[in-house]
Amino acid sequence: MSIIEVEGLTKYYGRTRGIEDVSFRVEEGEIFGFIGPNGAGKTTTIRLLLALIYPTRGSARIFGRDVFRHGPEIRQEIGYLPGEVFYYGRMKVIDLLKYAASFYNRDCTRRMFELAEYMELDLNRRIDELSYGNRKKVGIVQGLMHSPRVVFLDEPTIGLDPLMQRRFFDLIREENARGMTVFFSSHILSEVQRLCHRVAIIREGHIVEIADMETLIRNNYKKVRVVARDIDPSYFDIPGVTHLERINHAVHFFYRGDINAVLRRLSALNVTDVTIEEPTLEEIFMHYYERSGS
Amino acid sequence: MKANIYGFELWRKRNSILIWSASIVLVALLYMGLFPTFADYAAVLQETLKRFPPEYLEAFGMAGVDLSTVVGYYSFVFTFLQILLALQASNYGFDLIAVEEGQMIADFVVSKPVARAQILTSKLLAAFTALTITSAVTWAASFLFIELFREGRPYELRPLALMLGSIPIFQAVFLSLGLAFSLLTRGIRSATPYGLVLGFGGYVLNAFGDLLGDVKLELITPFRHFDPTYIAQHQAYDAPLVLLSVAMMVIALAFSYWRYLRRDIPAAV
Repeated sequence: MSIIEVEGLTKYYGRTRGIEDVSFRVEEGEIFGFIGPNGAGKTTTIRLLLALIYPTRGSARIFGRDVFRHGPEIRQEIGYLPGEVFYYGRMKVIDLLKYAASFYNRDCTRRMFELAEYMELDLNRRIDELSYGNRKKVGIVQGLMHSPRVVFLDEPTIGLDPLMQRRFFDLIREENARGMTVFFSSHILSEVQRLCHRVAIIREGHIVEIADMETLIRNNYKKVRVVARDIDPSYFDIPGVTHLERINHAVHFFYRGDINAVLRRLSALNVTDVTIEEPTLEEIFMHYYERSGS
Repeated sequence: MKANIYGFELWRKRNSILIWSASIVLVALLYMGLFPTFADYAAVLQETLKRFPPEYLEAFGMAGVDLSTVVGYYSFVFTFLQILLALQASNYGFDLIAVEEGQMIADFVVSKPVARAQILTSKLLAAFTALTITSAVTWAASFLFIELFREGRPYELRPLALMLGSIPIFQAVFLSLGLAFSLLTRGIRSATPYGLVLGFGGYVLNAFGDLLGDVKLELITPFRHFDPTYIAQHQAYDAPLVLLSVAMMVIALAFSYWRYLRRDIPAAV
């Protein structure tokens, strides 16, 4: 049995599309990436799974139980870090965290202090004095302090500085190694690549691909740019190359397949500069867009 | 009911309880402090009042009021206390769910392992407890200042107890109405303007409703249902109107639960 089972989940806000016919499964112990541009429906999906909003159609189960009927029991074992963290401003961090802890049927105190220390969070400050990044840390501590079986992270790294991001990723890996299932939503491909085992791509409310990370990267396009004297674009016209074009002295193209084929071609040239990089998320979406359009 | 939500919500209201209670004490002190003067010049005053148009006296709760007696005068003062009590209760009603949602902090509690009905019940009870504290302060201040300023004039306990005893239900009606109205809309960031319209609107409707002539719109306001002048004169509640208040409260609460349990919690977009 999968730990999260989503079946045909659809949400309209009035006549506005939230998500349409979203289905996926998350296995216990996975770090599941949920990636898509802003407004694609990532937050809507997470908020449905937490029963903060109700679906127009479809079903969602966590631990095999309907999230809309058994929400309170399920949420004992769920952690949630919202994308936008808003809290009662006039409270001290420690008071807010203690209040949050009071909802769980276990003692969270020790873990709360450990996490706050690890994330370098000052517990005695008032919430409304905190910067955005520090409020995010409050969210992280209160999402993890009860050691939930499943955690939903909605754009968790926004607002965190690079050092804290790395610490946070280490923390998530550690918790995952202890058995926590992670649902990780983001619009930043690189961080999903760093962390996730499997990933679902959502675009305009629809899931367009669910794949494990390795397959996705292997199958994905590379973006290649070659600068060389008197280069003819047709030189790179080999199978797997698309969007071939020349801009000034450089040849740009996308390539999908065994990268050695491109490297062999390159080695025969006297190149000035070469870059081979991951496509941006937008470019990946362009790819899915074109494929679904053709 | 969840004890932690109840305790948290009540604790958050501590300043508000203090301010509303202090206002009540101040208004009661101010008006009751004038009682000896009013009582001394009662005969002159009654003469003067007779020259005012009856609608005007009605509007200010002075029709059929004998300002020279403790109970008569207090029933006049009680209207002002009612305004404060109504404002506080309506404020709490609008604040209960909608302001948290408007400020996007509702996610915090709704994503915890607790049912929506429990959240609403705990918050309602906390708000009602806060109102009950203010109600107790109203009792204490009223009797304290009556004793201080009555200068030996006698009074009957019954009408006073009836007026003060009406406070809890009076508050509960405004609390439930505020809550129900707040759930009809979205994006309320501050309860104050809405609370003001509901609480003060209720008073104005009662005060000036008679001017509307045949349209008996004033019958829907709790200010009319618990009219202190009526209570002072009849030494009893106007039972059908009190029942109307109770009915309004029950409907407002039923609607609020129905709506809140099915509601999408708003998020920042």
